[in-house]
Amino acid sequence: MPSLLNKYFVEQCKTLLGKDNIITDPEALRVYECDALVALRSLPQLVALPETLEQVQALLRLCYRYKVPVVARGAGTGLAGGVLPAPDGIVIGLSRMQQILAIDPLNRTARVQPGVRNLAISEAAKAYGLYYAPDPSSQIACTIGGNIAENSGGVHCLKYGLTVHNVLEINMVTVEGELLTLGGSGLAAPGYGLLALAIGSEGLLGIVVEATVRLLPCPPCTQVLLVAFDSVEQAGNAVAAIVAGGLIPAGLELMDNAAIRVTEAFVHANYPVEAEAILLCEFDGLFEQVETDIVMAQSILTASGASEIRIARDTNERKLFWAGRKAAFPAVGRISADYYCMDGTIPRKHLAEVLRRISEFSRELDLQVVNVFHAGDGNLHPLILYDAGKPGDYDKAEKLGGQILELCVQVGGTITGEHGVGMEKLNYMCVQFSAAELGQFERLKTAFDANNLLNPGKVIPSLHRCAEFGRMHVHGGRMSHPDLERF
Amino acid sequence: MIIDQDLSLNLQSRVERAFQDRTPITISGGGSKAFFGLPAAADETLDVTGHRGIVYYEPSELVVTARAGTLLKTLDKVLEEQGQMLAFEPPCFNDQATVGGTVACGFSGPRRPFTGSVSDFVLGCSIINGKSEYLRFGGRVMKNVAGFDVARLMTGALGQLGVLLEVSLRVMPIPETEMTLCYRVSQVSRALEMMQHWQGQSWPISALVYDGTILHVRLSGAEAAIKKAAHQLGGDLDLDGRLFWAGLRDHRLDFFKTSENLWRINIPPATQMSKISGQYLLDWGGAQRWLSSPEPAARIHQIVREHNGHAVCFRGAEKNDWIRFDPGLLNLHKKVRYAFDPCSILNPHRFTTGL
Repeated sequence: MPSLLNKYFVEQCKTLLGKDNIITDPEALRVYECDALVALRSLPQLVALPETLEQVQALLRLCYRYKVPVVARGAGTGLAGGVLPAPDGIVIGLSRMQQILAIDPLNRTARVQPGVRNLAISEAAKAYGLYYAPDPSSQIACTIGGNIAENSGGVHCLKYGLTVHNVLEINMVTVEGELLTLGGSGLAAPGYGLLALAIGSEGLLGIVVEATVRLLPCPPCTQVLLVAFDSVEQAGNAVAAIVAGGLIPAGLELMDNAAIRVTEAFVHANYPVEAEAILLCEFDGLFEQVETDIVMAQSILTASGASEIRIARDTNERKLFWAGRKAAFPAVGRISADYYCMDGTIPRKHLAEVLRRISEFSRELDLQVVNVFHAGDGNLHPLILYDAGKPGDYDKAEKLGGQILELCVQVGGTITGEHGVGMEKLNYMCVQFSAAELGQFERLKTAFDANNLLNPGKVIPSLHRCAEFGRMHVHGGRMSHPDLERF
Repeated sequence: MIIDQDLSLNLQSRVERAFQDRTPITISGGGSKAFFGLPAAADETLDVTGHRGIVYYEPSELVVTARAGTLLKTLDKVLEEQGQMLAFEPPCFNDQATVGGTVACGFSGPRRPFTGSVSDFVLGCSIINGKSEYLRFGGRVMKNVAGFDVARLMTGALGQLGVLLEVSLRVMPIPETEMTLCYRVSQVSRALEMMQHWQGQSWPISALVYDGTILHVRLSGAEAAIKKAAHQLGGDLDLDGRLFWAGLRDHRLDFFKTSENLWRINIPPATQMSKISGQYLLDWGGAQRWLSSPEPAARIHQIVREHNGHAVCFRGAEKNDWIRFDPGLLNLHKKVRYAFDPCSILNPHRFTTGL
C-alpha cells in the first residue's frame, strides 16, 4: 500500500530522529496497530521513536506543518483502543524515553521520562523507603506517560487515589511544539486546574515528556482479610458498612462466584469456591493502626453476615490472597477464547441491583459474565466471555457491554472508571453527556489543538455519530437549548 | 433563617442576558475571599448565595453534593453529624465562606499534604458556562475518566470558566483521635530537616507547621497508633492544638495580623530559602510558606521562581503584580477561557489584564 504521507515529511522525520528511530516497514508497524483491545486495529503510516524532548518538539512541529495526525503511545497496555493509529497519521512511541531523571528523597518525588514503567519508579524509590502508590494491574509493563494519559487507578486507589492525586507536575509538548509546565512541586499551582485536566486527557491535548510524581513512605505494616459471603448483596452491604464505619481500607476488592471459581482453578489460592462473593480487605500503616482497623473491620463484617473471615497469617498467605484477584483476567483467558473487559463505575449502593441486571443480560444474550470489582470505589470490571471465532459472538459481547455501560449511567455512575474512553466507548459518551457538554469538550480540545491533530477521533464523539448511535443524553428532562435540533 | 433553594434557572437566565448583552458580571458568593486577586472588571454582580442547600449526601459512599452557595460551616456541621469531614480542611475566613468560593479559589488547609487538595476531592460539578449553557461534568463516584476532567479544571479558576451550581465532593471519616505535639526549634533549617525526615517515614501525621519558634505536629488516627507515634516522636503535648490548627486554617493566628504584604509561596518542601527578608510561617511540611514582607513583588517572584516555586500576593498592596504566569501558560489560560466564556463576561480580569 502506498504511504499516505508526504515523502518530504517522511524524509524529514528520518533526518530529525535518524533512520533507526523511524519505522515504515509494514511488518514492523504491525506491533503498533492496536493496544490491549485487539479487536480494534489500524496500521499506522509511520512510527517515530524519539529519544529526547527536543526530538518530540521537532516531530510535533513537523506534523503541525504538514497537518499529519499524531497518536502518542506508551507500552500499549491500554484497554480502550486509545492508541489506535489514525489511518493517515503517525504514532510517536515514547518507549525510548525511559530514564528516571531523579529520585529526590528529601522532597519525596521522582522526576521521570514518559516511557518509564510504573513499577520501575517504586523499584528505584525502594532504597529510600519510598514508593509510587498508583498500581494498575499492568504496572509491570505500563508506562507513566500512559498512566497520565488515562488517569490510571489500581487496587489501592480507595486510600491512595488515582494518577491525578499522585502527579505533581508535568512537562507537556503542545501540538505546535511548545513546552509547557503544568502543576508544581509545591503541592499547588496558580490558575486553572490545568494539570488535572491534562491527566486523563488520553493524548488529545499534548504529549507528556516529563513528570514529577509524588512518592510515599512504604507502610511498615500491611494486613489483609479474606471474607466470604452467601450473597453478593451481603458483600455489597458489608462494603458500605465498612466505609460508613469510618474505615478507609488500602484495598477493598469483591469477586463474584464465577470469578472465585475461575481463579481458584488457576492459582489455587484456597478461595472458598462455594461462596457467592468474597471480599479482600487490606489495611496498612503503623502496626497499632492496622491492628485497630482489623478488629473494627471484623466486627462490622461479622455483623454484615460474613460466613467466613480469614486473616492472612503471614506475608506469603497475604500474597496468596491477592494472587487470585490479580490473576482474575488471565484465569478467565484460560477458560474462554476471548473476553471483553468493561469498566463502569457505580455508586456502591446499587451494586446488588447492577449485578442482578448484568446476570439477566448475560442470560438473554447467552454469554457468561465474570465479575471482579474494585468495591471500595465502585469500579466494576465485568468480563464478558465470548469466542471471536464464532460468528456473531463479538457483536453480542459488544451489545452486552453496551447494556452494562448504559445501566451504569442510569444508576448515577459512569461508563469508565479507569480504562478511558479511547475509541471503544465513543458511542457511550453520547449516553453519558448531552450535546452541549460534548460541544464543550470539543471547544476545550480546540483550545489546545485547533486542527485536531492529536489523537483525532477519540474520546469525543461527533453529534452525527451520536445520532447514528441513536442515543442522546438529557439530564432529567432538562435541556440547555430546547430549541436546538436533536439528532 | 437560611432557606435552601435551587436558583439555577434564575442564574442561567441572568448569564444568558449578560451573554447576549456582552455585559461582564462579577460572580459573588459570601465575599470572604473577595480580597484574593484582582476585582473583576464588571459593573453587574451575580449573587449566588441564595442558591444553597445540600442536595445529596450518602455517608457510606463518601460523597456529598452541595449547591455552590451553601455555607461551608453548614456543610461542615452536616458532615460532622455523620462523623465525616472535608479532608482538605478549607479555610473559613468568616462565616460567609461558601462551597463554590472554596472550589473557585482552590484553597486547601493544613491537612493538604497528607490527605489531598480541594481539587483532589472534587468529583463533579454542574456549571453555567459563559454562553449560558447548563453543563455537568464528573459525577458522584470516585473513579471517573469519561471525557475531560472539567470538574477539577474549575478549581482555582476564580469563576472564569463558569458559574458553579453544584459541586460533588469526596468526604472522609473524622479521625478517631487527634493529638498535637510541639517542639521548640530555633533554626528554620533545622525545622525543615525535621519536617522532611518525618514525612519520609510512615507516621500518622496530618499537619506539620513551623511558626518561627515552634514546630507543631498534628497526629491523626487510631488512639493506639497516635500514642505509639507520640511516644516515639517525643515533643510537648499541646492541649489547645485544635484551636491552633483552626487559627492557622482560618488565618486568625497573630502571624496573619500583619500590615505588610502577605505572600503565599508554594515550593518543593525541603527548599532552604532565606534571601527574602520578612516573617515566615512554614505550613504543609514546608511546601506552602506564608511570608509577611515589605520586599518588592518583582524580587519575591524572581527568587521564588529560582527555587522552582511560585508566589502569589495573598493579601496586600501588590495588586498589579500579585501573580505571574509564564507567557505560554498565560496564553493557554486565555484559550481555555475562550472555550468556556468566549465573550469574557464571567469575572473578567480577575487574574490580570486580559485574563
